[in-house]
Amino acid sequence: MKQFLAFIRKEFFHVFRDRRTLLIMFGLPVAQIVLFGFALTSEVKDITLTVIDQSGDVNTQQLISKIKSSSYFVVNESTRDYNRIADDFKKGRAKCALIFPARFGDDLQHGGKVQLQIITDGSDPNTAKTVVNYITAITTAYQQQVSPSQRLPFVIIPETRMLYNEEGNGSLNFIPGVMALVLMIVCTALTSVSVVREKELGTMEILLVSPFKPLMVLIAKAIPYLILSLANFILILVLAVFVLDVAIKGSIILLFLESMLFIITCLSLGLLISNTTNSQQTALLLSMMGMMIPTMIFTGFMFPLENMPKVFQVISNLIPSRWYFLIVKAVMLKGLGFSYVWKETLVMLGMTVAALTIALKNFKTRLS
Amino acid sequence: MSAVVLDHITKTYDDGKVVAVDDVSLQVAEGELFGLIGPDGAGKTSLFRILTTLLLPDKGSATVRGYDCVKDFKAIRSRIGYMPGKFSLYQDLTVKENLDFFATLFGSSIEENYDLIRDIYEQIKPFNDRRAGKLSGGMKQKLALCCALIHKPEVLFLDEPTTGVDVVSRKEFWAMLKSLKQQGITIVVSTPYMDEAMRCERIALIQGGKIMSVDTPDNIIAQFPVTLYAIKADDIYRLLTALRNEPAIDSSYAFGEYIHITLRNGSDIDTLRQQMEEKGHAHVAAKAIRPGIEDSFIRLMNQA
Amino acid sequence: MEEKVIVCRELTKRFGDFYAVNKISFDVNKGEIFGFLGANGAGKTTAMRILCGLSHPTSGEATVAGFNVYKQTEAIKKNIGYMSQKFSLYENLTILENIEFFGGVYGVPAAEIKERSDNLVRKLGLTAEAKKLVGALPLGWKQKLAFSVAIFHQPRIVFLDEPTGGVDPVTRRQFWDMIYEAAASGITIFVTTHYMDEAEYCNRITIMVDGKVEALDSPANLKARFDADNMDEVFYRLARGAKRSGD
Repeated sequence: MKQFLAFIRKEFFHVFRDRRTLLIMFGLPVAQIVLFGFALTSEVKDITLTVIDQSGDVNTQQLISKIKSSSYFVVNESTRDYNRIADDFKKGRAKCALIFPARFGDDLQHGGKVQLQIITDGSDPNTAKTVVNYITAITTAYQQQVSPSQRLPFVIIPETRMLYNEEGNGSLNFIPGVMALVLMIVCTALTSVSVVREKELGTMEILLVSPFKPLMVLIAKAIPYLILSLANFILILVLAVFVLDVAIKGSIILLFLESMLFIITCLSLGLLISNTTNSQQTALLLSMMGMMIPTMIFTGFMFPLENMPKVFQVISNLIPSRWYFLIVKAVMLKGLGFSYVWKETLVMLGMTVAALTIALKNFKTRLS
Repeated sequence: MSAVVLDHITKTYDDGKVVAVDDVSLQVAEGELFGLIGPDGAGKTSLFRILTTLLLPDKGSATVRGYDCVKDFKAIRSRIGYMPGKFSLYQDLTVKENLDFFATLFGSSIEENYDLIRDIYEQIKPFNDRRAGKLSGGMKQKLALCCALIHKPEVLFLDEPTTGVDVVSRKEFWAMLKSLKQQGITIVVSTPYMDEAMRCERIALIQGGKIMSVDTPDNIIAQFPVTLYAIKADDIYRLLTALRNEPAIDSSYAFGEYIHITLRNGSDIDTLRQQMEEKGHAHVAAKAIRPGIEDSFIRLMNQA
Repeated sequence: MEEKVIVCRELTKRFGDFYAVNKISFDVNKGEIFGFLGANGAGKTTAMRILCGLSHPTSGEATVAGFNVYKQTEAIKKNIGYMSQKFSLYENLTILENIEFFGGVYGVPAAEIKERSDNLVRKLGLTAEAKKLVGALPLGWKQKLAFSVAIFHQPRIVFLDEPTGGVDPVTRRQFWDMIYEAAASGITIFVTTHYMDEAEYCNRITIMVDGKVEALDSPANLKARFDADNMDEVFYRLARGAKRSGD
């Protein structure tokens, strides 16, 4: 036991004295959160909009000021010059143009058909669609406001609600994804590299020759990273709650335990990698390429799994982070209890046991 | 009982394509300072790894203090000290932390066997708080030796402890080994430096995975079968070239300022010297000398 | 008046308060075998790096093959060869591929590479192995091949950093034959070694202690000066007093 503690202490020394490790350990989650939270958000904000107002009446003015008052658009001053559109699009001054035809207000007042043209930048189809939806929503609301009596009996206006995320906070979906990604990278890469470093240094020879049990070497190596990863997990949660305003709806204890299980899965994978190679570079490459990319693609937080070909959907079942992602979404965002995630938990547990067994079995108590 | 026994050990790599150790047998007595002398790639490291239970031999058996290197590896691991060829301590831990760690790992403490390491440790003690990576080659080596000794091993295995270390540190290191030997520890040490062979009680000359000779250094030298001469002149390289074309010469190898030569039967050193002088070599001097281990090694290598 | 290939005047390299190389001065003549000795941490490697154009000195002057070590490092690199015990050749390329690659790096014309590499392989007795990977060769062969590659572009000076470490005694001597041959063809040899008998093979040697040149002379003169039987003793006497050590 004393040996075990000495080993763990030594492992902590390694981590805290190596700036690179610390940076990966604690810089990565912060960077990921900032990146996904602010830079890579799928929400549309501050879209530049050019208005061509060929009517210039009260109604167009009102509608324009409605659009201006929403946080989605920055409206360029309106003009009657149709050529401005092409110019603004080319120079990047507008992502979207709104054209009111002449006599827009008159037609509206007199119950006739009103037309309104929206031109968007199709090179970014996602944003374009969102923009069209926003403007349609604003104009519909306006229409009801000016002429509620004119509502035709057959017009159905859907009122949508986004369940679990009423405010449309884009951070919600990726938080579980970032958690899966960061824990995966940190646990797998750092564990495998730290074992392989001992092989490269030649210290593994001494460790093996010592009376300390070889399996204990692996376990003692993994424990510091388990502790650090849990600290990491807490860091991500704190960032999520206080920086990105994500509320944790479910049980924190359940979330913590599920995360611990996932961390152990990743540690086992890290140990598995360290068994197969003798160079730190290979270990790092294997953990990064072999773990990070599948995690990003097959977890479901960047690319919806439902849209993937069947083969990929089957493959995605083999990726531990996919299950962890589902669990975190259910517990953290939906506030569901263990009875809703026990199946996913069981899958993850099975994977952990398998990976750990193989890792421990393959660990060589001798050199090659 | 012999401390170490190797019995017809063979070790190959790459499915038998590379023969690292080829049918090696030897014994090291209790309390002996035994040297494995040979160049890189001779198979020294493989032998060490077999004895320290890190590698399994393909054929043959090996024991350390009576324990079998394959079956009783656990018993061996707690009785030996091992210093691998590469500097293998944690560069990012301090001297003290390294020592503490290895002491605990081997179920001991710095204080417990302090007598054993005192002389060596006190030389590096002033640098207790310095990280091992920042130590000089000589000091790293002392620290590594301390770490290997900390649990008072019965047999100490040192794989090329003096490689890449300068002459001064090498001399100090051998002095330390001598004093450890006096405390009753069996030491098996390997080195590529032939001049260090004389500091061992018995040596094995090893080349290409095969043992060429096992004996005391003096006996190995005494077995040198012919008279060895040292010859020199002002332009040593010209002399060497000339000697190579000389039919009377059996072998000629540069050794520092001299060339060591052996003569074919019926040739005579004085005649040779005169011949060389006649060919225009200035200040030719020749004398019969006692061979060194390196001379023996070269001769055995050429016979193989 | 002999042609000087390396001229070094009060060359100094300082890292913070630490003088790795402290005002060293020496000349190396064309075709000379110049031994560069010193204990670990004496400053050998730093000095050698400066002379190879890999590191800028803090002060002092030095020219290598007539080029200034401050400004003309690119020209220096074209005119020197370098080989060390640690890095020599690409293990996963064949012998011929290694020669072609390094020949190409130093701008030897392709036709000439072809012709000379055939000669070289024949001379080393490696014709049968020419298309084998370097990694499969024994260490001694690797080192001999590495030396041949280092002088393949016929540099004016070749720097050898402990070229014979761990090599068997016969191959070590064959290696020195190659050094002698290269020196006879006019290539200047600048060599470091831990084997003191090899120091004797040099025309002149310097012994560095604590960043300074403590001795510079022919082996015979040094032995006479220190009243020593061999270089080992000379070196030991000089280096024993060293205050510092390090890598």
